[in-house]
Amino acid sequence: MSKPKVALYWCSSCGGCEESVVDLAQDILPVTSAVDIIFWPVAMDFKYSDIEVLQDGEIAATLINGAIRMDEQEHIAKLLRKKSQLIIAHGSCAHLGGVVGLANFYKREDVLGEAFKEVPTVKNPKGILPQVKTEEAGRELELPALHDTVKTLDQVVQVDYYIPGCPPPPELIKNAFAAILENKLPPKGTVLAEKKALCDSCSRKESKPDKIKLSKFKRLYEVEWDPEKCFLEEGIICLGPSTRDGCGERCIKANFPCRGCFGPTDEVLDQGAKSLSYLASLIDSDDEEEVKKIIDSIPDMAGLFYRYSLASSILRGNINRGTK
Amino acid sequence: MSSSSRFEPKIVGFICKWCTSAAADLAGVSRLKYQPNVVSLRVMCSSRVDPEHILQAFKGGADGVLVGGCHPGDCHYQVGNYQTRKRIMMLLEILKDMGISPTRLRLEWISASEGAKFQDTMNEFINTIRELGPLGLKVK
Ligand code: SF4
Ligand code: FES
Repeated sequence: MSKPKVALYWCSSCGGCEESVVDLAQDILPVTSAVDIIFWPVAMDFKYSDIEVLQDGEIAATLINGAIRMDEQEHIAKLLRKKSQLIIAHGSCAHLGGVVGLANFYKREDVLGEAFKEVPTVKNPKGILPQVKTEEAGRELELPALHDTVKTLDQVVQVDYYIPGCPPPPELIKNAFAAILENKLPPKGTVLAEKKALCDSCSRKESKPDKIKLSKFKRLYEVEWDPEKCFLEEGIICLGPSTRDGCGERCIKANFPCRGCFGPTDEVLDQGAKSLSYLASLIDSDDEEEVKKIIDSIPDMAGLFYRYSLASSILRGNINRGTK
Repeated sequence: MSSSSRFEPKIVGFICKWCTSAAADLAGVSRLKYQPNVVSLRVMCSSRVDPEHILQAFKGGADGVLVGGCHPGDCHYQVGNYQTRKRIMMLLEILKDMGISPTRLRLEWISASEGAKFQDTMNEFINTIRELGPLGLKVK
């Protein structure tokens, strides 16, 4: 019997998710001997035509990382969907939109203008922006078109499973491959990590008092490092209460509060709104002015609460608005 | 809708059982009329309103959302409305970044005896939103 075929593809991402596969280290060997990797542009030389010639459903599983923000990505995601039995959203950007999804706070034109005209390291006196079609020395060049909205993978194609994380811990990828190979996959649509919130397994949770009352939101440099203490108790915003567990507390162990890359738990619709909700109730004041001051001590609230999940949130950002 | 006809905003009201909803009842039995643009949902306390509910209302087509609770100090659950106020204050900041005018979300304290205030507040809010125009969100 021939080995099951597996494909990996990247869209709008930083490359960290690809790295998370490489980080399997020797654990990748049982995977590569059990499957045929038939497409992995970042690591091996394949062409899109290699995919086009396949039968529908011929690929057993495809891992796609990165958000969808260009027509080429959308096209290939749809092609891979057709050719694959399983599509797995790999990492925060495919799952939730990720950091690139923060672009949904801005209009497409502003994003392009900033990147190609405004940043101090760019010299672009003619104000040239990337074009889909350009003539150069009598030849026509083509670039993929940038969408006006960053989308999650499941806003473009049907997704069977999600591996969360920015990037996902190699352990989760290993488990996912094992589940595919042993045919032990949970119901479709499952996020292949824990069900509960990060606080549930956090090594600092014992120090979390029953009631936390904050008169200021602090930043990391304002407190002394105490590896035992819950960040929230210290007044540092931690998104552990609204974030899915399963990351192995990589950030917490490095003395960095949770920023939510695993996305919300199944019960939460909007990670930002939920985070706002519990943080607001920790504010220790009933005086409107004082509350305002405390709220103002949070820099870039929307960017913080929706750092990884803006594109998958209820409103999806400041996009396609008719009126204010 | 023909272009000459007036824009009729859709408003969602989350009103607490003990105060604002009782005020709505009082307005009703007192035959105080207000414009029929509001769908009111009674909740046990204004603090039951999760920011997610408000965002869902906007996404679902609401042009404005009004949260009504008991006056400060009067919440049936003692501090619920203080929690509500903090959440709404934060949510208003988020709405700005989402490109939604903060005018579209209003928090009001209306006690059980303030039927007339309920009437006035609703009329005034509806008029404000009518002037602002439709929210026109295009998220599916
Ligand atoms: S809030 Fe953060 S630090 Fe505190 S228990 Fe939860 S995950 Fe751990
Ligand atoms: S019961 Fe009315 S605000 Fe809490």
